[in-house]
Amino acid sequence: MIVRLERRTHVPLHLVVIAPLAAIFTALLLAAGLIAAAGVNPLMAYGEMLTGAFGSRLSITEMLTRATPLIFTGLAAAVAFRARLWNIGGEGQFFVGALITAWIGHSLGVLGWIGIPLLMLAGMAAGAALLAGPAFLRLRFGVDEVVTTLLLNFIVILFVGLMIEGPMRDPLAFGWPSSVPVDGDFRLPDLIPRTRLHIGLLIAIAAAGAVWLILARTVFGAETRAAGLNASAAAFAGISLPRTIMGVALLSGALAGLAGSVEVMGVTAGVTTTMSPGFGYAGIVVAMLAALHPAGVVAAAVFVATVFVGADAMSRATGVPSFIADVIVALCLLTMIVALLFTTYRVRR
Amino acid sequence: MTKVLELHGITKRFGTLTANDDVTLTLAEGEILALLGENGAGKTTLMNILFGHYAADAGTVRVFGEELPPGLPRAAIEVGVGMVHQHFTLAGNLTVLENVMLGSEHLTRARSARGEAREKLLQIAERFGLPVNPEAKVRSLSVGERQRVEILKALYRDARILILDEPTAVLARPEAMRLFETLRDMTKEGLSLIFISHKLHEVMAASDRVAVLRGGKMVAERKTSETNPGELAELMVGRKVERPVRHDHKIGAPVLIANNVRVEEDGELRLDDVSFTVHTGEILGIVGVSGNGQASLGGLLSGLVHPSAGRLTLLDEEISHLGPRGMIRAGAGRVPEDRHAEGVVGELSLWENAVLERLRTPEFSRRGFVRQRAARDYTSGLIKRFDIRGASPDTRTRLLSGGNMQKLILGRVLTNGPCFVLANQPTRGLDEGAIAAVHVELLAARAEGAAILLISEELEEAVALSDRIQAIVKGRLSEPISADEADPQRLGLMMAGVWKEDDSEA
Repeated sequence: MIVRLERRTHVPLHLVVIAPLAAIFTALLLAAGLIAAAGVNPLMAYGEMLTGAFGSRLSITEMLTRATPLIFTGLAAAVAFRARLWNIGGEGQFFVGALITAWIGHSLGVLGWIGIPLLMLAGMAAGAALLAGPAFLRLRFGVDEVVTTLLLNFIVILFVGLMIEGPMRDPLAFGWPSSVPVDGDFRLPDLIPRTRLHIGLLIAIAAAGAVWLILARTVFGAETRAAGLNASAAAFAGISLPRTIMGVALLSGALAGLAGSVEVMGVTAGVTTTMSPGFGYAGIVVAMLAALHPAGVVAAAVFVATVFVGADAMSRATGVPSFIADVIVALCLLTMIVALLFTTYRVRR
Repeated sequence: MTKVLELHGITKRFGTLTANDDVTLTLAEGEILALLGENGAGKTTLMNILFGHYAADAGTVRVFGEELPPGLPRAAIEVGVGMVHQHFTLAGNLTVLENVMLGSEHLTRARSARGEAREKLLQIAERFGLPVNPEAKVRSLSVGERQRVEILKALYRDARILILDEPTAVLARPEAMRLFETLRDMTKEGLSLIFISHKLHEVMAASDRVAVLRGGKMVAERKTSETNPGELAELMVGRKVERPVRHDHKIGAPVLIANNVRVEEDGELRLDDVSFTVHTGEILGIVGVSGNGQASLGGLLSGLVHPSAGRLTLLDEEISHLGPRGMIRAGAGRVPEDRHAEGVVGELSLWENAVLERLRTPEFSRRGFVRQRAARDYTSGLIKRFDIRGASPDTRTRLLSGGNMQKLILGRVLTNGPCFVLANQPTRGLDEGAIAAVHVELLAARAEGAAILLISEELEEAVALSDRIQAIVKGRLSEPISADEADPQRLGLMMAGVWKEDDSEA
């Protein structure tokens, strides 16, 4: 008996919503096996996780603080993947955005709050520039951008290490490897007093709206979607693929760079090599869980942030290593890919 | 005569669609049965049921009197039914012998039985009159030879019933005629054949009996000797469909001129010193067997491929270097060879595809934003004007049937007021009704003064529509002949590379 996959004529809305939920459920189920193997009741562990992320006002703001960069990196991945530009370099773009923000933000201390948008632009430019290279190599020489963007991440992080041990070292950090902090004028205002939650969250949500507007309503967005869905038909219709891909690369890199910029101005002030628990990579999962839709990115970022923050709390309470968060997030990517298959195809005997 | 194959009362539903509705079909020993029907009539579903790829909802399949278990793909093959697919399933980098052996070797035997296999293959080739060199790489074979390998592959597995799916889709007419002779000879060796087709002249030429499927139902069975193409066409379509007739009118000034154009792709010469002129109000037909440079010619006139020598001018402007957008701006309308690959983005809506070529014009965008209402209104107009059925501007384009998709592409091209239109295989894979509609539109554009270059593998179509015809062979073009001088024999010779001026090609 053979099983056939048959393309659905249209994907009903309820499936679009159910698919990521089913993927998440399955991933949690699989991870439960690992938690049980660590000698802990999975239900209890997940309970701790929820409490850790939603249990108090403070935990909710922590979770949202964590979700903020994930929204940016999720958008970065979603935009790129829409055009079939496989940007795996969100992590590197995040760090160059952060580094340039700390560098300029430390030395230009006379601008007042006007400097904030300027620093954001600088972070965006740095991220965009970092992705422009791999995009150019792909367009000009056919170099696979998965390889170049991925490997650039390691180069960038080593470079960050070099800078914060050397030229950008913070002398007040008592040997703790951190860069000089941005000037106090350039710290993002708190959204809720006495928490770490800053207005970066609003900027991230606005960015999601802007990305939606660009993709759904502009000529550039229409060209991007056409190029991603059927490159040869787009080229036949006179859409310039190199220009579209390069435009997408600049937008995607800028979003990931903005993530780093906002994280520095909103949370860390200085750059450390440990400031990102993999925001760039997790952005890929966020984008996939969102089925590349900007509104979905916000929701998916909240979920992934919940796993990250909740896993820390769970780890403290039960002793299960917090690395389980990475396992859950990675499992979500795999299960979501399967779920996407079932939304576009119907299984038939 | 004994019945070798009986399909009885076959019904198959997919959701609300009934693909086969109580279909009964028999095949006698030594008979050639043509299974005639339009796209979507249920021919493929029926054959898939015979081969166990689908299990029928009702009905039985009997081969040589034995009932086959439903849904077992190997069952039909084991009792001696072979299939020759329209798209060949051969590995180009293997030899003929290796291709034939693939999949029928013993898994448990350590050494492959090349010698025996070679012996058996040559024996079969001899018996059925299908000469072949077992050691030739399949890549180096012509399309006709590849098809022969496909047939041999089925015979090697001891097929006594052979099913051929649109066997002539890739063949030139002389090759097709040769195939039919071979098939006839094969029946004398005790083979029974079903061939699936939607081409009437082939059915008339090659079959003993015709079964006509329409809308999943078996609507008629005729002895070939007792029917005629007109009756079959009507049975197949369900109503009278008449293709429009070209009326002579005055041809105007030259619009598109190609002068000694040479095109190389991937280091290979694809168009060799090609020259032609298309005039206002004229359809110039380019006929030829698939794979002789039509794709490059289409690419050249779409702006995707650029000449390495020679000149291409449109209304005296040089357009050799223009890309797709430049071509559109210069007034060229282009209907691509492959609707799905190049014509439309299936996942986008009708309206997005309708304006895809003109997204950046003020008509459909303002300050970088798409003017969605204008685009939707325009698409509604296209739907009405070009009779695109079962769709609204927001329908996903991939849901359209081939004919309606082609009408959308034609509409997008023709409403742009082009001075030149490239129509590359505009009716490939379409059913009779849609073919007639496409022909009507092309002739209407001609009447309005467009210069049209029609690339076609269908001789009937080329002769019916074209004012003048040139043949393309191995990247070279024959001299044009006027449509009045074009009889099938002369065109057949031209397509084989024999033309007056240059007999050396033959």
